[in-house]
Amino acid sequence: MASIKDRATDAGLGAFNWVESRLGLFKTAWGFASHPTPENNASWWYVFGSAATVLLILQIVTGILLALIYSPSAGEAWSSLNVLNHNIALGWYVRALHGWGSDFMIAIVLIHMAQVFLFGAFKFPRELTWMVGVLLLLLTLGMAFTGQVMRFDQDSYWGLGIGASISSRVPLIGAPLVHLVLGGPTIGAATLSRFFTLHVFVIPGILLASVGVHIWMTLFHGVSDWPVPGRIVRKETYVKEYHELTAKTGIPFVPDAAWKDAVFAAAIIFAVMACAFFFGPFGPGGPPDPTIIQTAPKPDYFFLWIYAVLAFLPPSIETPVILVVPVIGIAAMLLLPLVSGEGERHWAKRPVAVLMVSVIAVSLGIFTHLGTYTPWSPIMNAWSSDPVPVKFLQHRTPLERQGAVVLQNKQCRNCHALDGVGGERGPALDDVASRMTEDQIIRQVLQGGGNMPAYGNALNPSETKALTQFLESLRGNDLAPAIDASRELTKTSEMKAPAEPARH
Amino acid sequence: MSEPQQHSGEPIATVVPHEKTAEEKAAAHSRRTFLFKLSVLLNGAVGAALAVPIVGYLLGPASRKAEAEGAWVGLGSADNFPVGETRLVDFESPVKGLGDGETGKVACWVRRISASQFQVFAINCAHLGCPVRWFSESKLFMCPCHGGAYYENGDRASGPPERGLFEYKYKLTGDGLMIHAGDMPTLATQASCAGKDKPLVQIQAATNPGEEV
Repeated sequence: MASIKDRATDAGLGAFNWVESRLGLFKTAWGFASHPTPENNASWWYVFGSAATVLLILQIVTGILLALIYSPSAGEAWSSLNVLNHNIALGWYVRALHGWGSDFMIAIVLIHMAQVFLFGAFKFPRELTWMVGVLLLLLTLGMAFTGQVMRFDQDSYWGLGIGASISSRVPLIGAPLVHLVLGGPTIGAATLSRFFTLHVFVIPGILLASVGVHIWMTLFHGVSDWPVPGRIVRKETYVKEYHELTAKTGIPFVPDAAWKDAVFAAAIIFAVMACAFFFGPFGPGGPPDPTIIQTAPKPDYFFLWIYAVLAFLPPSIETPVILVVPVIGIAAMLLLPLVSGEGERHWAKRPVAVLMVSVIAVSLGIFTHLGTYTPWSPIMNAWSSDPVPVKFLQHRTPLERQGAVVLQNKQCRNCHALDGVGGERGPALDDVASRMTEDQIIRQVLQGGGNMPAYGNALNPSETKALTQFLESLRGNDLAPAIDASRELTKTSEMKAPAEPARH
Repeated sequence: MSEPQQHSGEPIATVVPHEKTAEEKAAAHSRRTFLFKLSVLLNGAVGAALAVPIVGYLLGPASRKAEAEGAWVGLGSADNFPVGETRLVDFESPVKGLGDGETGKVACWVRRISASQFQVFAINCAHLGCPVRWFSESKLFMCPCHGGAYYENGDRASGPPERGLFEYKYKLTGDGLMIHAGDMPTLATQASCAGKDKPLVQIQAATNPGEEV
């Protein structure tokens, strides 16, 4: 007589066999999961792809949870997010998970891409895996942009405006394209609905299918072996070498390699949870009311670098750059494995690849950092909120002090800082008189130039006089005033020899 | 059960074209093959007939004529706008649709030059559409996004915009000020039909102090 435990085991096994003999999936799945992989790629460097997949699943689950409450209607979306934040139990936490999960997902996808690039894993026979990966990056960024629209606050509204303005720069089809992006003549109900459709149906559908293809190709070709300097990828020999390596050093992917993936994925999800818990959800900011113009719209973190680049492009080349450079960039990423599908894989033998990653990473970092404090933007309330520091008023004549009042009233501080306070669009004025002569200051103020508007229409002669007198007194730590070297020469006449230029 | 590593040690499977035998050629011309090809053709035709209206539906917003959008909107009595001042006005978009909510509202800057002369500017910066703010002391419009600046008359003053502010067409009916509004103003969908004689893109020198003093 079998014990109860044995009978229960038999019954469980019987049930499993009954299902599996009809379903036929478990054995196949286990075959895939436990496929042999070269021992040398069971590394902590190989965990980012699986972490991105786990984050995608988190995004899908939290996205579905948000859809229970969110109202994708231009009139209600913003309010429904506030309901989620404040009136639904733990609604804030699910929003925070989705928001932070999105930031983590982009970061992990970028790290995954950089790792694959530096390890030369995009080379033969994994070229198409890389190309699908590029598509996945674009889809992930597409999810991030459409997700920002879902928040439907001020930033989201003006972000759509920026999108429409960029579309309007496309030659010939600009106007129809704007209408196509917005779903109508203005940003409104149709706009939010179509971005909701993209964010919830279209892009996730393509994303999931592409992830499936991406993972299938990873299984089909096997996870790339650890790159070794001098081990050259050749189309004739690579596959054979890879399978010899697998036969010699292969370990089952599950569990011998996959435990690292699992630990890292758990750590990442825990980090998302911690950020969500401690920092909370993103916004929503002010309501999407275009008549509230007291706003400084800014995109989400991963688009800040684009926002910064758009501030620096000269007007004459901006449209061509906006429309052509992304196409070239995407084409370059797609064609990379076709151009360099063979050869060295190890980063030590690919200095150009290392240099490219470094330059791109540093550039993105710098532009993102600039985007966080937007030095190119006037500080709209500096003129009314930041007084001229007292030290700039001491030992000044009444006219100079009147000039300080003019400086304040004419909103100069919106772009020019004094003692580190004020806008950064123009140079700080603390020691302007040591750089520019009185003539140069007057000309600059009245006629503008070099990215400064002309104030000739906004200043009367007495204001101009007072302002320049005040600016003339700004010489930092008693630096010598700027002098016009040719001025002494103008004092000469034909009757007398030129005087020695004055030395300060 | 299929092993993912089935092709272990072999080159990647490739399809090699080969000369067809007489039997294969005959099979390719059988009645069943013909009927299958016909069914593919039939589905292609049905698919195309299905796709045309779907594409038409998707492209619907793009096929609308830009000039057809919009209507005249009243901004209230002209007396609300003192000569020499520039003021912010809100109005309800004439193209506001069902469910637009707050996004159906629009703001614009009205500048009264003289008793009968106005300029009505869109708040959207000509660079990338952010809302510009008017500073009456320095007589400048400034944009919070990338620092575009415009003079009192809408001309570009400095920064990344490649042209001046978009202007709405206006008219005076009795003492009421009306503007023609519709599309969100962008480089391709300008607010003003009056400015059509002007080139779409006018790159101006940053030192242009404006036309009237």
